Amino acid sequence: MTKEKIRVLIAKPGLDGHDRGAKVVARALRDAGMEIIYTGLRQTPEMIAEAALQEDVDVVGMSILSGAHMAQVPRVIELLQANGMGDAKVFVGGIIPDEDIPVLKEKGVSAVFGPGTSTILIGKIIREAVLGE
Amino acid sequence: MSKEATGAKRLAEGILQGGRRELAKLITRVENANPAARLALAELYPHTGRAHIVGVTGSPGCGKSTLVNEIVKQLRAAGETVGVVAVDPTSPFSGGALLGDRIRMRDLAGDAGVFIRSMASRGSLGGLARATADVVRLLDAAGFDFVLVETVGAGQAEVDIAKAAHTTIVVQAPGMGDDIQAIKAGILEIADIFVVNKADRPGAENTRKALEMMQRLGDGGNGQERHHSRPLGSGHEAAVELPPSAMRPPRPGWEVPILLTVGIEGVGTVEVIDAIRAHVAHLHDSGELQVREAARVEAELAMMLREALLADLLNKMPAEQIDVMLARVVAREIDPYTAVDHLVKAGVNGNESG
Repeated sequence: MTKEKIRVLIAKPGLDGHDRGAKVVARALRDAGMEIIYTGLRQTPEMIAEAALQEDVDVVGMSILSGAHMAQVPRVIELLQANGMGDAKVFVGGIIPDEDIPVLKEKGVSAVFGPGTSTILIGKIIREAVLGE
Repeated sequence: MSKEATGAKRLAEGILQGGRRELAKLITRVENANPAARLALAELYPHTGRAHIVGVTGSPGCGKSTLVNEIVKQLRAAGETVGVVAVDPTSPFSGGALLGDRIRMRDLAGDAGVFIRSMASRGSLGGLARATADVVRLLDAAGFDFVLVETVGAGQAEVDIAKAAHTTIVVQAPGMGDDIQAIKAGILEIADIFVVNKADRPGAENTRKALEMMQRLGDGGNGQERHHSRPLGSGHEAAVELPPSAMRPPRPGWEVPILLTVGIEGVGTVEVIDAIRAHVAHLHDSGELQVREAARVEAELAMMLREALLADLLNKMPAEQIDVMLARVVAREIDPYTAVDHLVKAGVNGNESG
C-alpha cells in the first residue's frame, strides 16, 4: 500500500491580489512532501469548498490580506460542513488582527499564521493536525 | 466482509447514485492503492466503458489546462457532462507536488456537470500517474459523458496517454525547435488531433507547416505503404512496450487535423470540439474503437501482470541475499547480470541458492 499523502488546498479568497505568501507556503509544503492543490486568486467560498470536495483534501489553507477574513472564512467552514467535509482542517494566513484570531478559532480554524511564521513550523503544525501526532 | 471492504462497497454504490463526495473519497483510496479500493473498482467495472476519453498532452506551458477549460465549456454548452483528471509532477526529492491545473479552470466552478481532480504523478514517468487509468474508470462509472485527461507537461517520450485515451490531442506552441523536431519519434506520433496553441504568437504558421510536413513524409498518416516507403513511426512500438496496435501510427481513414487556437481567448476551440466529435464518429464507424479498446486492455493486463509477478518475486526473494549480492557487485566480485540471475533463481525457487 502506497504511503498516504497529505493533500492541501491553498486558496486566495477575496479580492486582494497579494499571492506571494500563498505561493511561499505552497512551495514549502510541497518540499515537506505534501500534495498542494493551488487554486489561485479571487476564489469565492463556494469555489473553495467545491474544490476541497473534489480534491478530497485533508487541509484547506486560505491566505487573506484584504480584511475580508471574518466574512469569508466562516462561510467556507459552513460550506465544508454542509458538503460532509467537516473533518478537513482549516488554516488561515495573511494579515489577521490579533483580536480576530480567537473568534476565527471558535468558528473552527485550527491555526492562524501571520507574517514571519516559519514555513517549517507551518508544515509541522499541519502534519500534526492531520495525523493527530 | 471487513469494515474497509464494506466501506468501499458503500462508496461504489454512492458513486453510481451520483455522489460527488463518495467519488472524491474513492479516488483518494485508488491513488493510495488501498486494498479495499480494488473491491470497489471490481464493483464498478461493469458500469464503465461508456465515457469517451480524451487525452490532452504537450510541453509545459503550451496551454493544456487553458485548452481543457475551453473544451469543457464547449462540451457543457452542448449538454455533455465532463470529468477532468489533471496530472502534475511529483518532486523526486520531497515526494510532494504542486498541482496548479485548476488555476486555469476557474470558469468551470459551480457546475454540477463537471468534476475536476488533480493528481500527482507519484513517480510515474510516462506522463500519467500509475492510478490515472483507474481514476478515469471511476469518473466513467460515475456517468460522465466525457473524461478529459491532462498529462504532466510532456517532452518527447511521455506517450502513456495514447494507451489511456480514445482521442489524443497533442498541443504545441510556436517557437519550439525546427522541423526535424517534428519528425522525431515519440509524442507527435500519438496525436489524433494536433493543436497549435498561442497561434497569435509569431511562428505559429511555421509550427503548423512543420507538422504538416511531418504528416506528408509519413504518407499523410493513412498507413498505405508505398514503394520504398513505410509509414512514419513503424517499428517504434517495441521500444515503448506496447502491442503493435496500441500505438497505431497508421490511422486508416483518419487524417490528423492540425488546428490553430488561442486558448486564452477561446479562438479556434469550436473547431477542436468538431474534430473530437469527428474522431468519435470515425472510431465508431470504422470499428477502430474496438481495436483500440482491445489493445488498451491488453497493454493494461500485461502491465498489471508484470507488476503482480514482480511483487510476488520480490516477496519470495530473501532480503538478506539482495544485500549480499549488492555488496558483491559493489566490490566487483561479480557482475550485475550474474547477480540478477542468482536472485531471480532464488526468487523462483522460493529459497536461497548461489
